[in-house]
Amino acid sequence: MPTTRRQFLNLAGGMTVAGTVPIVTLRPLQATPAMLNAAIRNVVGEAQLRSGRIRLDIPPLVENGNTVPMTVSVASPMTADDHVKSIHVFNEKNPQPNIGNFYLGPSAGRAQVSTRIRLADTQKVVAIARLSDDTFWQVAADVVVTLAACTEEMN
Amino acid sequence: MAALINVPSKARRGDIIEIRTLTSHIMETGFRHTADGKLVPRDIITSFICRYNGAEIFRADLFPAIAANPYLSFFTVAKESGKFEFEWIGDNGYSSTASASITVG
Repeated sequence: MPTTRRQFLNLAGGMTVAGTVPIVTLRPLQATPAMLNAAIRNVVGEAQLRSGRIRLDIPPLVENGNTVPMTVSVASPMTADDHVKSIHVFNEKNPQPNIGNFYLGPSAGRAQVSTRIRLADTQKVVAIARLSDDTFWQVAADVVVTLAACTEEMN
Repeated sequence: MAALINVPSKARRGDIIEIRTLTSHIMETGFRHTADGKLVPRDIITSFICRYNGAEIFRADLFPAIAANPYLSFFTVAKESGKFEFEWIGDNGYSSTASASITVG
């Protein structure tokens, strides 16, 4: 079938629109996995990171990265001899890798902290607990973010 | 600035109670630009402290990755009647306090 004028114009028009689409927004400010590791080492030092005991509750898919609920809990009896000293939360791709440090003690009764965080991109969130015997326990969770936070333009 | 504190008013000795706090603050990240390209300076709360009858029971370092109007929830053992004092400290000399009392039977 020969191409009609109408079909040709539709095709050409479509290509013009497609050609103007790729406007790339540059986000130079972004933490990298290397920065994440550096931030973690800053807290942990050379100690070994073990997995288990700590739990990170965060939605796997969030529509709005501006406020993401998050709960970290650690299985610990919270006694004077065996308790959680601190909980540290990090991210992979926000402009800077720290989210929060939380210091608690045996008087907490339960090692659990909740807050709301910002996520600039789909990324990994890492939580680390420091116990009273100075062992470190970590957990990571992947979060898909559809609307980014932190670096958007102000209106 | 306004703060919302949620602490049970009564508890039995030895109960583990949840403390929830919410304070109003913009938590400007310092990574955003205005439409004409100027960087919006950082303005965040950097630390939070909770004291129970004068003794520190919980402390947090906050970063720009904490959402606006910081919400924090944590736990403590109700050991005696008295007062919880909350303090938020931030950029540009920001400081705000709140308190709540508890009766432990």
